[in-house]
Amino acid sequence: MTVQSRQSIVWDYAPAPEATDHLRLAERYGLFIDGAFCDPAEARYVPTINPATEEPIAEIAWAGPQDVQRAIEVARAAQPRWAALPDRERGKYLFRIARLIQERARELAVCETLDGGKPLRESRDVDVPLAAAHFFHYAGWADKLRYGVAAREVAPLGVVGQIVPWNFPLLMAAWKLAPALACGNTAILKPAETTPLTALLLAEICQEAELPNGVVSILPGDGAVGAALVRSPGLDKIAFTGSTAVGRDIQTALAGSDVKLTLELGGKSANIVFEDAALDQAVEGIVNGIFFNQGHVCCAGSRLLIQESVLDEVTAKLWARMGRLRIGDPLDKNTDVGAINSAEQLERIETLVAAGEEEGAVRRSVSCSLPERGYWFAPTLFTDVSPAHRIAVEEIFGPVVSVLSFRTQAEAIEKANNSRYGLAAGIWTDKGAKAFEVANALRAGVVWQNTYNHFDPTAAFGGYKESGFGREGGPAGLRPYLRVLR
Amino acid sequence: MTTDRIPVRKTYKLWIGGAFVRSESGRSDVSGDVNIPRGSRKDVREAVAAARKAARPWAARTAYNRGQILYRAAEALESRRAQLISVLEAGGGRAGGLGAAAELDAAVDVLVHYAGWTDKLQPVLGGINPVAAPFLSFSLPEPTGVVGVVAADQPSLLGLVAEVAPALAAGNTVVAILSEAAPHAGLDLAEVLGVSDIPGGVVNLLSGRRGELALALGGHRDLNAIVDASGDPKLGVELDKLAAETIKRASHHAAATSYEDAVDDALERIVAVTELKTAWHPVGA
Amino acid sequence: MSRRLAHVDRVGIEERAAQLGARSIKTTAKQQGIRIAVSLLDLTTLEGADTAGKVRQLCAKAVCPAPTMPEIPSVAAICVYPSMVTVAREALAGTGVATASVATGFPAGQVSLDAKLRDTEDAVAAGADEIDMVISREAFLSGDDARVMREIARIKEACGDAHLKVILETAELGSYDHVRHASMLAMEAGADFIKTSTGKAAAGATPGVCLVMLEAIRDHVQRTGRVVGFKAAGGVSTSKAALHRLVLVKETLGDDWLTPDRLRIGASSVLNDLLMQYAKTQGGRYGRGEDFSIE
Repeated sequence: MTVQSRQSIVWDYAPAPEATDHLRLAERYGLFIDGAFCDPAEARYVPTINPATEEPIAEIAWAGPQDVQRAIEVARAAQPRWAALPDRERGKYLFRIARLIQERARELAVCETLDGGKPLRESRDVDVPLAAAHFFHYAGWADKLRYGVAAREVAPLGVVGQIVPWNFPLLMAAWKLAPALACGNTAILKPAETTPLTALLLAEICQEAELPNGVVSILPGDGAVGAALVRSPGLDKIAFTGSTAVGRDIQTALAGSDVKLTLELGGKSANIVFEDAALDQAVEGIVNGIFFNQGHVCCAGSRLLIQESVLDEVTAKLWARMGRLRIGDPLDKNTDVGAINSAEQLERIETLVAAGEEEGAVRRSVSCSLPERGYWFAPTLFTDVSPAHRIAVEEIFGPVVSVLSFRTQAEAIEKANNSRYGLAAGIWTDKGAKAFEVANALRAGVVWQNTYNHFDPTAAFGGYKESGFGREGGPAGLRPYLRVLR
Repeated sequence: MTTDRIPVRKTYKLWIGGAFVRSESGRSDVSGDVNIPRGSRKDVREAVAAARKAARPWAARTAYNRGQILYRAAEALESRRAQLISVLEAGGGRAGGLGAAAELDAAVDVLVHYAGWTDKLQPVLGGINPVAAPFLSFSLPEPTGVVGVVAADQPSLLGLVAEVAPALAAGNTVVAILSEAAPHAGLDLAEVLGVSDIPGGVVNLLSGRRGELALALGGHRDLNAIVDASGDPKLGVELDKLAAETIKRASHHAAATSYEDAVDDALERIVAVTELKTAWHPVGA
Repeated sequence: MSRRLAHVDRVGIEERAAQLGARSIKTTAKQQGIRIAVSLLDLTTLEGADTAGKVRQLCAKAVCPAPTMPEIPSVAAICVYPSMVTVAREALAGTGVATASVATGFPAGQVSLDAKLRDTEDAVAAGADEIDMVISREAFLSGDDARVMREIARIKEACGDAHLKVILETAELGSYDHVRHASMLAMEAGADFIKTSTGKAAAGATPGVCLVMLEAIRDHVQRTGRVVGFKAAGGVSTSKAALHRLVLVKETLGDDWLTPDRLRIGASSVLNDLLMQYAKTQGGRYGRGEDFSIE
């Protein structure tokens, strides 16, 4: 070539932090009960921390047993009027909330990222738009409930208690509240201990939407608040998303009661790559499956099953691709992997990764400079993993993927199902007939073919086995909040 | 010398392909202090061509997006509430007992109702077929294509929205012939929808003599379905015969005079302008 | 033997390509990116109405795109029809800007192999440093991979020292599977560069097409060790689009590929937009067309 070859160039993206000036947070947030923010009965305010910097963002009131009781009474009082509204009018409130989420999208996205450590790219492109979409979807169901569950007459359950996790705080609140409200229930939502902020902004949105007082109450706090809520008399239903251990406690606590229950719990989902897959897209799907939201995803594709004939090729492509992940400031618009949500979660990841090394699996972690403050864990790949290893069995809930191999389709199915969990699975093959056959054979609530971690308000989500029961999304998501009268 | 301010009068136009146009015929009818364009058969032809061009992209949008657009149309209509009420009051076309405000409110609510249907048709109308063989067989509703609407004379707004909204929710594009007796509200609706997010050509609204336009529309060979709310039995028979020439889907409704009239049989209205596709796929590697 | 295609999943590849399009390129990264993009340009004029005057004007622009912004480099090459090679060659003598010529019955390629060879030889004899050939879509679409490769190999011979860019005209190939397949054929047959499009078809260097070809190059390099370059041409008409292509290359092949001997962007109107966006990063004001010369 006649043009002189130039000196080697390094072109890196300049920092592109999302501005935070439009987000106006209060220094202190009360409980949201009866349509208003209020102090807890026994004053207790706890700072919520930015996991990327360990700096406090705002002080949050934590509810106590008296507050739980009051919220239930208020919700109980509000419920008959809420249910008695014409269906279409109830729907209009939900349409309003959906619109307000869209209108305040940027603020919510920045807040979610500050409070939880997830990359802005995800809170902006996934969490917030999907939360709005859920409200839109269920707003449309409010006057079509009979069609959704094929019944002649339906009734709401009454007052529901809803406990959501810290990995998708706003989105999970939307998943819980939208169907509950559409069906005519009133709700008490307990956001997670480490990520209460967007739920409190959602409380503001409920005020702006002029949602009748008492229809939604929001009670931040730790597990004790959740436990108090679950054990309070006067609730008709508990919906919980979180760990299998806590789910088991809740189911035990409700033994013998009439309180309805749905649980969306942990997973150790298999992501199965066949030799005839479009391998580059499979690698993208693996990356999205396990590094999306730092792997803090209940349905994360954490058990990677690769056909032996392409094991080396896929592993090499995956490792090369992992090297291109951008890890760091969650507010930077180019960040792919953000901060671990809490010190406690970081410790759990470190413990399980250490166990993986001790048990003889081969660990590779991306070498990248991580910020000095905050909670961080470099994306990690384990090879030579055996099915008995803890990292192949236990939910790590972090950016750690364990690679196992298989030889035949039958073996892939057997290994994928060899888990106490059954939340999700991925299948990568270019052959449709095989994909459907494997999907039929998998004991998992969600099976993705040639994609992973896609969510939609119209598509039911939930688990088999110890991943829980009950579904969220689509018409199936109405059933857990309705009684069919005839 | 002082004079009263001279008001600027309004020119009503047809709405075809997203553009506001005079009838190509150059004709109009006087109605009070405004003129109503008198659409021609060539206007019908242009409108069907515009609807056909818009049909594929409209159907290809996600159901969620179409729902959002219909909801925004409802927002836009509500925001012109006062104006439309006065138009309805002035324009006549009142159905028995239905006040102008109630008619407007019902029209908005009907749009909201059908906005909620876009992403629910498939689960309600479609499904997996448990065929007795190793196949994944599923059936799903699809829009039939371009739908012609002959709107009721009264109520002139609700009667129009009740026929157009289901067709749009199902993913069709529409050519509608407005109330002949009271076309004002329909022409104003065009201006409302024209500044909402509805893409050009998805809805086309024509005023004029129903007898002239309805037959041109019903006889258009590139129309997939005709929805007749004229309440005119003779016209209904003519439209049925014209439909038979190209096996159009023809349906007839009484004028919707309440919200309930427009939504209680929502699925019937939608099914009348949808196809059902069944696909088969082998299961087994 | 029937053709065996490697699979590319359309939804997946387009998702990834769009994701990379969302990279935020600001401040210094934008300035540097624009300068890199300019240095990679094959400034192109391929019109029936091209004259010596038009080509000379374009050559002047190629050498010094923005006299008021000396830090903006020359473009990589001028790309013209064979009849204009002599003119371009003279205008660019001693400037370091290369002369590229399309050849082989561009853009349709519906002429005999002999005619294609003669076209190429003429352009090389006139002094072209680089030849942009089109593959025979007729042979490719009828399944005759051997003929596609044979033609490329013969043209490569005819090029002598000139570098060969092989245009796949991806919009006519029908699927990403076929884009990848054609990329592999071209590289195996000896292409120095693979190039998306002629700029004359319905679509050009879409993000998805670029990503498929870049992944094909990555796999080819890994397998054979032979470096092959990439040229995005057709539809890259804004700075944003140009920077998006740079991101695709950077995150698929790495920074090593951000040089003119491995990467080109074929375009005409994009240059002024790059200059306008660059000026914006300097002065902070949004620009207007009149501030930049039109050739």
